[in-house]
Amino acid sequence: MKEFTYTITDPEGIHARPAGVLVKQAAGYACSVKIAKDGREVDAKRIMGIMSLGVKCGMEVTVKCDGEGEDTAIAELETFFKENL
Amino acid sequence: MEMQGKSVFGGVAMGRLSIYKKSDNVVKRVKVSDIDAELQRFEDATVKAKKQLAALYDKAMKEVGETSAAIFEVHQMMLDDLDFKESITNMIKTQNVNAEYAVAVSGDNFSTMFAAMDDDYMKARAADVKDISNRVISVLQGAEDTKLDSNEPVILVAEDLAPSETVQLDKSLLLSFVTRYGSTNSHTAILARTMNIPALIGVDYDDGIDGHFGIVDGFEGVLYIDPDEATIQKYRKKQEEEAEKARLLQELKGMPDITKDGKKINLYANIGGVGDVPSVLQNDASGIGLFRSEFLYLGSETFPTEEEQFNAYRSVVQTMAGKKVIIRTLDIGADKQVDYFNLEHEDNPAMGYRAIRICLEQPDIFKTQLRAIYRASSYGSIAIMFPMIISVSEVKRIKDIVAEVKEELGSQGIEYGDVELGIMIETPAAVWMTEELAKEVDFFSIGTNDLTQYTLAIDRQNPRLDSFYDAHHPAVLRAIQMTVENGHKGGAWVGICGELGADTTLTETFLRMGVDELSVSPSRILAVRSAIRNCDLSK
Repeated sequence: MKEFTYTITDPEGIHARPAGVLVKQAAGYACSVKIAKDGREVDAKRIMGIMSLGVKCGMEVTVKCDGEGEDTAIAELETFFKENL
Repeated sequence: MEMQGKSVFGGVAMGRLSIYKKSDNVVKRVKVSDIDAELQRFEDATVKAKKQLAALYDKAMKEVGETSAAIFEVHQMMLDDLDFKESITNMIKTQNVNAEYAVAVSGDNFSTMFAAMDDDYMKARAADVKDISNRVISVLQGAEDTKLDSNEPVILVAEDLAPSETVQLDKSLLLSFVTRYGSTNSHTAILARTMNIPALIGVDYDDGIDGHFGIVDGFEGVLYIDPDEATIQKYRKKQEEEAEKARLLQELKGMPDITKDGKKINLYANIGGVGDVPSVLQNDASGIGLFRSEFLYLGSETFPTEEEQFNAYRSVVQTMAGKKVIIRTLDIGADKQVDYFNLEHEDNPAMGYRAIRICLEQPDIFKTQLRAIYRASSYGSIAIMFPMIISVSEVKRIKDIVAEVKEELGSQGIEYGDVELGIMIETPAAVWMTEELAKEVDFFSIGTNDLTQYTLAIDRQNPRLDSFYDAHHPAVLRAIQMTVENGHKGGAWVGICGELGADTTLTETFLRMGVDELSVSPSRILAVRSAIRNCDLSK
């Protein structure tokens, strides 16, 4: 399993639209993608779960990839978070 | 009869009141025997619902733009959500219930989860879940989309309107929205603003008003039902005035800011955050003349990081697509509550430790902001201006720090663009020094609010001084004239970004002085453009 921790800088946080973009990105990987905040973990391929985390600007989240192609996935996701969130 | 509500968009509308009735999705629990067939019904309904949403997205894109349309893309994703889908299919499989019932119950559960969250934005998502569930149920029941039951334009009265409902309505039949619930940030409010029609929320109406004649006063937030003749006349006149004003201003959209005799001036907008950019574009400003960066500091509990600032600046610059964006560096003092700055209480914060004084004393804070701005500069056209300048030596120190920042970025291989450097002229000292200052910078921007306060020694917060205050005091106008003359002599262009810039009784005066740029609040852009285009400096 691979993981990284990231602090959200998008002023909107991970609200509806950014959550949608994240789901699209995560859905492209064969491995599992989980996102955790304050000990609660949800599947990053499911939009309602991500929205229910209520992640706002300045909050810290941990992204975890497990399974086939996790190395590529974690690297690409880290770039994705930096560029979009 | 009058009913008070809260206005989300100004204007006057008159016409028949029509209460919008939602199609009732009465859902009964039915036991099904063929589970596979029921799962297939649900699957088919989802596909059809997503097709409808895709069509709504296209329709909304064409009619009201991307901001309002984006929600339908999110709705499609919500319908694809595996948690939501599994909740429904599990109910069908384990409880042998019909698809309608499973969707209704799952929709309620998810909606309740969002409604319980401690975040207003997420609470509003509860309505989205209801909206998508109702859509699937309607498809399952073969129900038609609800339509406006009218062939004449009406004032639409409703409990609340879901985005999918508002976008389906025939816009040519809508004079105004009146709702009992909803917020100033709801989709209905956004739609009213985009459609430019008055809208009220929080109106506690009863069903008896259906079909009656009504007037919506979107300025005062009042709904009149069966008004008397005098009221009707009053609002008819008001409506005509508004229509004339709107027509004139609309005519000016896309027109150049040029006087009758051909003198051109740059008309820019003042903004206080990323959220103001849409109104800058709507009102057709040719750039941003004052981007106050304080929102990044005020809305935070610690110093905003370089990354946070970079993202905000980049987003504005990219949206402005090549048009100039002038960012004013941090302008904070003891009068603004920002705990983490640890500013000591001051008896006279207007003349205290503030703005550039903090930046020069605490260069770490300053450099973080400059790095973020320079990084964003490779995404468009950026200029920086520094507030509260009183002397040439300050400008030299600023330029040294800017040079350090550029060198650091260069050595790290980080790209940046050409950035114009300017200063705010808002202290009498700076006015007196304009001849020397002009040689140091690319431009001046006159902050007339502070310049007036410091020149006249009048605190604008003190109402007892109102009789002494003169916004057009000759001392202030002379200071502006001197700034323009000395600026041009030294090769700096000169703009005005204070409230005086939007004062159309002075537009001609400023043009005659040779002011190169006016930066005003977005809502004043077209009024100032009208004043510029009516000037003839040859006379």
